[in-house]
Amino acid sequence: MVVARSWGRLSADHHTLSPLTDHPPQALALPSGGRGLAHGMGRSYGDVALNPGGTLWLTAPQDRMVSWDETTGELTCEAGVLLRDIQQVFVPRGWMLPVTPGTQIVTVGGAIANDVHGKNHHVQGSFGDHVRCLELLRTDGERIRCGPQVQSDWFTATVGGMGLTGVITQATLRLVRVPGAWLDTETIPYRTLGAFFDLADSSEQAWEHTVSWIDCLSARDDGRTVRGIFLRANMAGPEAGEVLHAAPAASGRPITVPFAPPISLVNRATLKPFNAAYYHLNRRRAGRARQHYAPFFYPLDNVQEWNRIYGRAGFYQYQCVVPRASGPQAIAALLQEITAAGQGSFLGVLKTFGQRESVGLMSFPQPGVTLALDFPNRGESTLQLFARLDGVVSQAGGRLYPAKDARMPRALFESGYPKLPQFLPFRDPGIQSAMSQRLMGW
Amino acid sequence: MQTPSHFDTIVIVGATSLIAQHCARQWLQANPARRLVLVGRDGARLESVANDLRVRAPQATVDIVEADLTQAVSIDAMAEEVHALCTPDAVLIAHGDLPDQAGCQQRSAEAQAAMVVNGLSPVLCAEAFARSMQSAGRGTIGIVGSVAGDRGRRSNYVYGAAKGLVERYAQGLQHRFAGTGVAVVLIKPGPTDTPMTAHLKASGARLASVESVAAATIAGMERGRPVVYAPAKWALIMLVIRSLPRAIFNKMDI
Repeated sequence: MVVARSWGRLSADHHTLSPLTDHPPQALALPSGGRGLAHGMGRSYGDVALNPGGTLWLTAPQDRMVSWDETTGELTCEAGVLLRDIQQVFVPRGWMLPVTPGTQIVTVGGAIANDVHGKNHHVQGSFGDHVRCLELLRTDGERIRCGPQVQSDWFTATVGGMGLTGVITQATLRLVRVPGAWLDTETIPYRTLGAFFDLADSSEQAWEHTVSWIDCLSARDDGRTVRGIFLRANMAGPEAGEVLHAAPAASGRPITVPFAPPISLVNRATLKPFNAAYYHLNRRRAGRARQHYAPFFYPLDNVQEWNRIYGRAGFYQYQCVVPRASGPQAIAALLQEITAAGQGSFLGVLKTFGQRESVGLMSFPQPGVTLALDFPNRGESTLQLFARLDGVVSQAGGRLYPAKDARMPRALFESGYPKLPQFLPFRDPGIQSAMSQRLMGW
Repeated sequence: MQTPSHFDTIVIVGATSLIAQHCARQWLQANPARRLVLVGRDGARLESVANDLRVRAPQATVDIVEADLTQAVSIDAMAEEVHALCTPDAVLIAHGDLPDQAGCQQRSAEAQAAMVVNGLSPVLCAEAFARSMQSAGRGTIGIVGSVAGDRGRRSNYVYGAAKGLVERYAQGLQHRFAGTGVAVVLIKPGPTDTPMTAHLKASGARLASVESVAAATIAGMERGRPVVYAPAKWALIMLVIRSLPRAIFNKMDI
């Protein structure tokens, strides 16, 4: 039995680790009466990939590529392959993943099970939109091959299905052609929420990637005044003499946060000045710039174990999406609550999603606007703030993201995911997670 | 000492082991047009490894040779088959299987199998390739040993003995080829994060990443270093372990 934690470091429970070492896995080993769960790189924040007291099937050994078709841009690989490896192998050849989340150190299986999204949702949707087919292994030994056109009911249950329908062993992904490894970016500071929405809406036509950093402690006037930095970008052609390469020429060596301090380094004393400094620094850098894809898409991947800065108590991430109709008021209300509570982190992201429905029954992205924020774990006061935020989200008809969640109440989960009853029949009875127990009762 | 070669053609024996796989990936990442020959006992598994490499490096030539590495006759046949395909610049011998020490103590057959897979087999494979490298007058043979071979200890002495055999053999081979164009490199990984040692995580053991062990292996082979501890800190750790007087060592539960 080994202690396994998720990225938020909120819990430290014992699990039985069972690496999947056969290519492909033949069967999912389980002690009699036990239940298991697939576990990749452990980058989810809450408990979607934890199974205290049970088995974790480690997918890390499933890191082989199986085939590549240059004419269709289709890559078939085992589910433990990292998005980082796909980018590093294929960007130099002029191909890239159409959708990646804020870190590339996640497995293909994890990306599908959480139906991750990136900064280009309004153009490319979410990860599941680019899965041609996948192979699922059930605890009873059955193998199911499914895709948008083949056994699509299994497919829509598994994409965003939190690993609860079976273990994904292999997937075929569609990559997209890119002109190079660089992006043309534009940085625009804003001082009101209205300005953010204007920027987001006006950027949709001409820009593929849009996102904004937000100062979570700066909300005034009931949240209508808030400062942030809006970023938009498009893939750029190579400049004269430049060669496609996967890593920036002057890439810094990764640094590592060596240990978790007893208290969070992100606290009242540090957050306000940091946010102020960050805003003003970026305000001065406003304008256009050329940036390599790696630091633009994956800003924190070079700081290894950055989650330790929140200290031994760990941290929560709160990510919600609210429909566009109620969006501006809801986001204003959320920001006002957060500023008033004085909690939060410099890692605040505000982004609009595109007008498209996700392919998975339990997928998170929906048309509207999403706010994502880290919160150092201050115990009761943090949970009480979340309860107030839940109220705003629920009233606006929104939902929270399971990949980030460690504490949402069951009622909010059920109201946010109306397709839950359609999802439940696809559940594998030999699989459970801390999240399935908390939110679904098993 | 051999001048660093470009290792255009590399043979990997025991190519399905994780260290071998990562060495293959890193070699192809450094030079995608290399030729690799993968040798192992299971053709289907070798093909899976080869496929992965071919997707990652389409300009590489990757061939597989299936052979029973526990029998002297088939080892010689394997070496002939490899030489019909290519003239290796480097050979990496990387197969192994961490046995269950308790099982080895209970059943002689288990102990014998462990000694063969981890000791006799790597040595005989190295010897088979040494023959042709002697005629060619150049080449690099890398053999994966283990820090476990530095001193027999109660928790894994059957494996340790096999790896001790490998070390003694490598020394002899190095002596034979001293001053020639053939380099013999003994790689000694400490406990590494591979399926072989997955259960060790339970005891909170500090395991190195496979990527770093592979990087140390490749660097050591390209420089022709006689002994490479991977990661390097194990050189100091094992120096201490080897030097401990028996009276103290016997009290340790390792």
